[in-house]
Amino acid sequence: MTKPLLSINDMSIVFTSPDEPDIEAVRQVDLTLTPGKTLALVGESGCGKSVTARAVLRLLDKNADIRTGEIVYDGRDGQVDIARLKPDSTAMRSIRGAQISMIFQEPMSSLSPVHTIGNQIDEIIVLHEGLKPKQARERTIALLDQVGVPGARDRANAYPFELSGGLRQRAMIAMALACTPKLLIADEPTTALDVTTQAQILDLLRQLQDDFGMAMLFITHDLGVVAEIADDIAVMYLGDVVEQGDVFEVFKTPKHPYTQALMSSVPQLQRKADRVRLQPIKGTVPSPKDRPVGCSFTSRCPHAFGPCAGTRPERTQVSEGHMARCHLLTHTKEEALV
Amino acid sequence: MLRFVFRRLIAMVLTLWAVSFVAFAIIQLPPGDYLTTYLATLSSNGDRVDPATIEALRQQYGFGEPYIVQYWKWISGILGRGDFGQSFEWKAPVTTLIWGRLGNSILVEGLAVLVMWFIALPIGIYVAVKKYSLGDYLATVAGFIGLAIPNFLLALLLMYLSFVWFGTTIGGLFSSEFENARWSLPRLWDFFSHAWAPILVLATAGTAELIRILRANLLDELKKPYVTTARAKGLPEWKVVLKYPVRVALNPLVSTIGWLLPALVSSSVIVSVVLNLPTAGPLLLRSLTSQDMYLAGAIIMLLGVLTVIGTLISDLLLAWIDPRIRYGSK
Ligand SMILES: Nc1ncnc2c1ncn2[C@@H]1O[C@H](COP(=O)(O)OP(=O)(O)O)[C@@H](O)[C@H]1O
Ligand code: SF4
Ligand SMILES: [Mg+2]
Repeated sequence: MTKPLLSINDMSIVFTSPDEPDIEAVRQVDLTLTPGKTLALVGESGCGKSVTARAVLRLLDKNADIRTGEIVYDGRDGQVDIARLKPDSTAMRSIRGAQISMIFQEPMSSLSPVHTIGNQIDEIIVLHEGLKPKQARERTIALLDQVGVPGARDRANAYPFELSGGLRQRAMIAMALACTPKLLIADEPTTALDVTTQAQILDLLRQLQDDFGMAMLFITHDLGVVAEIADDIAVMYLGDVVEQGDVFEVFKTPKHPYTQALMSSVPQLQRKADRVRLQPIKGTVPSPKDRPVGCSFTSRCPHAFGPCAGTRPERTQVSEGHMARCHLLTHTKEEALV
Repeated sequence: MLRFVFRRLIAMVLTLWAVSFVAFAIIQLPPGDYLTTYLATLSSNGDRVDPATIEALRQQYGFGEPYIVQYWKWISGILGRGDFGQSFEWKAPVTTLIWGRLGNSILVEGLAVLVMWFIALPIGIYVAVKKYSLGDYLATVAGFIGLAIPNFLLALLLMYLSFVWFGTTIGGLFSSEFENARWSLPRLWDFFSHAWAPILVLATAGTAELIRILRANLLDELKKPYVTTARAKGLPEWKVVLKYPVRVALNPLVSTIGWLLPALVSSSVIVSVVLNLPTAGPLLLRSLTSQDMYLAGAIIMLLGVLTVIGTLISDLLLAWIDPRIRYGSK
């Protein structure tokens, strides 16, 4: 296996507030990102995907605290633990945009309404590569062209509100790739787009990954999208990463009961007579404050047994690169049935 | 953009015409006219007036004619000859009375606006970025004090303090030897040594208000996703804040620059009286109480012009800094 580009180990993130109890939005995240590969991070909304992604760039609100764990990034200047950097430090800022960049869900509100997209892309090139504004603009136009914005030279002078949602997201992507980052984080980049545009953007991202060779952390709650774009998948539930592995393997033989439930809740294209009823996961996601000390899935797991509520399951290797956290993997069937 | 300006100019002319009509109606509204007030003063002094003289005066000024006729005489004089009429009270053409005064007003109040923005901008940005910090609380308290103290009280306080501490009286805008002199370096110096007090007084309440609005606007903007995008580029925090959210938060404030000027003229009347400033405010007050209608009409009219020009400037500024407005108005 190639050396990981970024690995998050046992990370927890707590939101503090002066007049409310702390919220541990992320409790135990382990993720490994490899150059040239796409890792899809999936999970129901509110499980902590965005918080995890923002932590990598230290873009969390001031009241967020990375309590435990490390974010080891093997970058241009050797290994750094991003979790220990100050958010506004030079070290962190030289990573942001230059080595790790991010695109967001809402391309409209994620671009400044009062600056042209050319201006917003030039800026990042001037900042990190020290180009003159004129040269930066040439690069911007080339980038816009590369991400499939027609009439790039004119469109560079357009404001976000003059572009369609798809073009805006393309501009966002051009901005993110402007300094050829090693890692691109995409936080639900297609959720706000219609299906056709969504497919085009996914195609584009796949193709750009081939061209640029960067690693990608792709956040989504749509398993269909995962199947299209991902090499690896990590499944998150209520602040915990419960399973990570090769996308085919995890789809075929999910080890964690939550992953299993997730897979069987996806409709499959079948003839009407052969269709089986979908099995929605019973119960609802509890809030982080009602999370049991042990496995976060205990309250909804059909297999829950003795140690589940009280002991957090170990990270267990199922096969090469396939990890899961479930007591079923370390206990024998007999124990589980007691 | 050109069409936008052109449409605004047409709207401006129409507005001014309406303003002139209403202004003239208002100054005619109180019962009686300058002559009745004048006669009342005379007879209370025990003087007797010849009815023939009164009638002659009545003819000369057109009192008693229908409103429209009087209005027409007035407005055609202004447009045709730049003649705003006679001031009854000062026995002089209105034009010679108001230009200097109005110039002083615009100067003092314009400077007050500048000072206001100069103080409010950095403080407003600071308190929004450092929300709930000690500095934020201090600025809030100071702001409320600034809003709560009436301007004239502050003026009196400054007068008192400068007398007690420096043994000088502040008041007026010029020393007597510079009163009617031409502009020169010494006169400028003299002006500033007098004007700092009224400028400061006029700026306080506005500054407090501006800080509050800026803080609220900026707090809204700081939460927006485009700010996160800017941070994700690797820009230093101060650059992120100044280039993006501040820029957007200023938009609604820019639209207020235009009507600040006329608002300040009318709100500064009491301060001007207290500090004995030769500005337009006290003159307007006087002319209204004595029913010196052409003088009052001219001042109101010019305030209207100021308002309309100010609004135009605001609109143009806004269209210039906010592309959404610029393109929306095509
Ligand atoms: N600024 C914040 N303050 C307090 N709690 C937050 C904040 N941001 C996120 N959270 C909490 O973190 C949890 C995970 O949010 P998020 O990562 O956005 O979920 P998603 O997986 O849908 O992206 C949410 O349930 C929310 O309670
Ligand atoms: S640890 Fe227990 S509760 Fe959690 S998924 Fe495994 S069996 Fe279910
Ligand atoms: Mg999210």
